[in-house]
Amino acid sequence: MEQGTDAFVPYIKICRAPAAEASAPGARIPSKPKDREVTTTSLTKSRGAGHAGDKVFSAATLAAGCLILVVLFGVALFLVIQALPALVAPADKIQGGEGFFTYIWPLVIGTLIASVIALVIATPIAIGVALFISHFAPRQLASGLGYVIDLLAAIPSVVYGAWGVAFLAKEISPSYNWLAENMGWLPIFQGPASATGKTILTAGIVLAVMVLPIITSLTREIFLQTPKLHEEAALALGATRWEMIRMTVLPFGRPGIISAVMLGLGRALGETMAVALVLSSGALTASLIQTGNQTIAAEIALNFPEASGIKVNTLIAAGLVLFVITLGVNMIARGIISRHKEFSGAN
Amino acid sequence: MSKRIDVKDLNVYYSKFLAVEGVNINIDAKSVTAFIGPSGCGKSTFLRTLNRMHEVIPGARVEGEVLLDGDNLYGPGVDPVTVRSQIGMVFQRPNPFPTMSIRDNVLAGVKLNNTKISKGEADVLVERSLQGANLWNEVKDRLAKPGSGLSGGQQQRLCIARAIAVEPQVILMDEPCSALDPISTLAIEDLINELKDQYTVVIVTHNMQQAARVSDKTAFFNIAGTGKPGKLIEFGDTPTIFSNPTEKATEDYVSGRFG
Repeated sequence: MEQGTDAFVPYIKICRAPAAEASAPGARIPSKPKDREVTTTSLTKSRGAGHAGDKVFSAATLAAGCLILVVLFGVALFLVIQALPALVAPADKIQGGEGFFTYIWPLVIGTLIASVIALVIATPIAIGVALFISHFAPRQLASGLGYVIDLLAAIPSVVYGAWGVAFLAKEISPSYNWLAENMGWLPIFQGPASATGKTILTAGIVLAVMVLPIITSLTREIFLQTPKLHEEAALALGATRWEMIRMTVLPFGRPGIISAVMLGLGRALGETMAVALVLSSGALTASLIQTGNQTIAAEIALNFPEASGIKVNTLIAAGLVLFVITLGVNMIARGIISRHKEFSGAN
Repeated sequence: MSKRIDVKDLNVYYSKFLAVEGVNINIDAKSVTAFIGPSGCGKSTFLRTLNRMHEVIPGARVEGEVLLDGDNLYGPGVDPVTVRSQIGMVFQRPNPFPTMSIRDNVLAGVKLNNTKISKGEADVLVERSLQGANLWNEVKDRLAKPGSGLSGGQQQRLCIARAIAVEPQVILMDEPCSALDPISTLAIEDLINELKDQYTVVIVTHNMQQAARVSDKTAFFNIAGTGKPGKLIEFGDTPTIFSNPTEKATEDYVSGRFG
C-alpha cells in the first residue's frame, strides 16, 4: 500500500507539468493547424509517465501475489523434505516403536477433538454476540461491547494458558465429577474424572474463549453489511426482528459465517501454548474429562527442544499432517460456500 | 379484503426535527391514491408511517392517529408486526431476497404468518400471486431459480407478488417504478389498475404523468424551505388536481413551473 502510493506520486507530478505547458500557448494563440495536431497527438500518444506508474503498480501487486505462493510453496517443501525420513523410517525407530502412523493418529484425533469442542462452544456464542451488537444493542453499548470483544483477541495465548491451568481447571473439576456421576453412561463423560481438571475439555473451553473474538468480529462485520433493502423487505412482510434476521441477515451472512468459523478453526488447530499449559497429556481416550489426549501443536512444542535425529523429523512430519488438515478443512469450507453461489446475494 | 385509511393530525419527527406536519387525509378502500411533490417534502416519510415502517429509522416517531377502518395503528398494545402483515409495502428498488428462489420469495411472508402450509396449497398460492402480479408466464418454468436473476421490472413484480401473497388490506408503493425502464413501468402501472379491484393502493411517485394515469385521487405535498416541515397542500380527485387545483402551489407544480 505504502509503496504503491509512493511510486504513484512523482509520476502524477511529471505528467501534469508538461500537459499544463502544452495547453497554455494553445489557449493564448488559437491556430487551426496546431489545434488539429494537438488533437491527433493526444489521441495516439498516451501519457507516458502515467502509463509507467500503472506498470510499476501492476508489477508490485504481481510480485506480492507471487511472494505468497513462493512462501507457501517453500514451507510445504521444507515440511515434506524434513518429514520424509520419518515417513520412510523403519517402524521401531519412531517414538512408540510402531511406526509413524500409529504415532500420529491419536494426535490427529486429539487435535480434532479439542478444536471441535472449541468451535461447538464458541460458534453459537459468537454469532449471538455478533447479532446482539449488530441488530439488538443500543448503539453506544454496541460499540463498547465490540471493543471489549476485540480486546479478547489481543490477549497473548500464554496468558490464556495460565488462566486455564491456574483458575479454570481448578474451578471446573467439581463439575467434571458431576458429569462423571450423572452422565457417565456417555463414553465422552466416562469417569473417573481428572482431579486436577487438566483435561481435553478444559483445553477445548480455553480454545473456545480464544477463538470467540475472531468469529465474533468477523460475523459482526458481515451482519452489519446486510443490505437495508432486504431487511426492510422482510419487516414490511410482517416479520419480527428475529424472523427478519432468519430471512435476511443469516442467509446473507452464511458464506461469511463459514469463513469466520474456519478462521477460528485454524487458530484452534494450531494453538500451541494454551493447550501445552492446560492439558495434562496422555494416551488417546474417548472420555473428555479424564487425563489424556494430546494435540499435534502441543506435542511439537513440548518435545522439540530436546529432540534430535529422527525425532526431529517425526515432529516435523506431525507438522506436515497439521498443515494438510488445515488445508483440507479450508478446501471443504470453500466447497460449501461455492455450492450456494447462485443464492449468495452477491449477484 | 381492503380497508380504508383515515389519518388525523399526523406529525412525524426525526428525533427533534419535525419532518411532516399536520396531515389529515382520508384514503378510500379499493382505490389508488397517489402522493406527489418535490424531493424531500416528506411524502415517502408519510407513506412509511402508514405501516409503521418509519420505526426502522432510529429516532423516528409520530404524533396523531392513523385509522385502518377505525382501528388506530398507533393505539396502545398494537404490534407493528401485525400492522405490517396487513399493510404491505413495495419499495423504490426491487428487493427480492437474493438467498431465496422465486417460489420461496413469493411464500416468504406467508410462511411467517401461518407456519403450516401444504405443498399443494403453496403451489396454488404461488401461481395465484404470480398471476396477480402478471409474472406467472415469465417465470413458471424457473420457480426454483434465484429471484435475483430476473430483470429489474420482473424483480419488482416479484416483490408485488410477494406483497399480495399475504393478502394485505392495503398496499403501499414507494416510487415503485423509479428504477425501471418505460416498458417495465407500463407493466407495473397496468398491474396497479388491476390491483385496485381488490386492494387499497397508495403510491408515491415523482412522475406526474404516472400519478395522472394510475390514480383516482392525488395528494400534493410541499415544503416551504430547507429545515421546514413538509405539509399536505391539497388532496382531491386526480383530474381536479391536475386540471383545476385550488392551491396556487399545486398548479405551479403540476404544470411544471417548479419542483
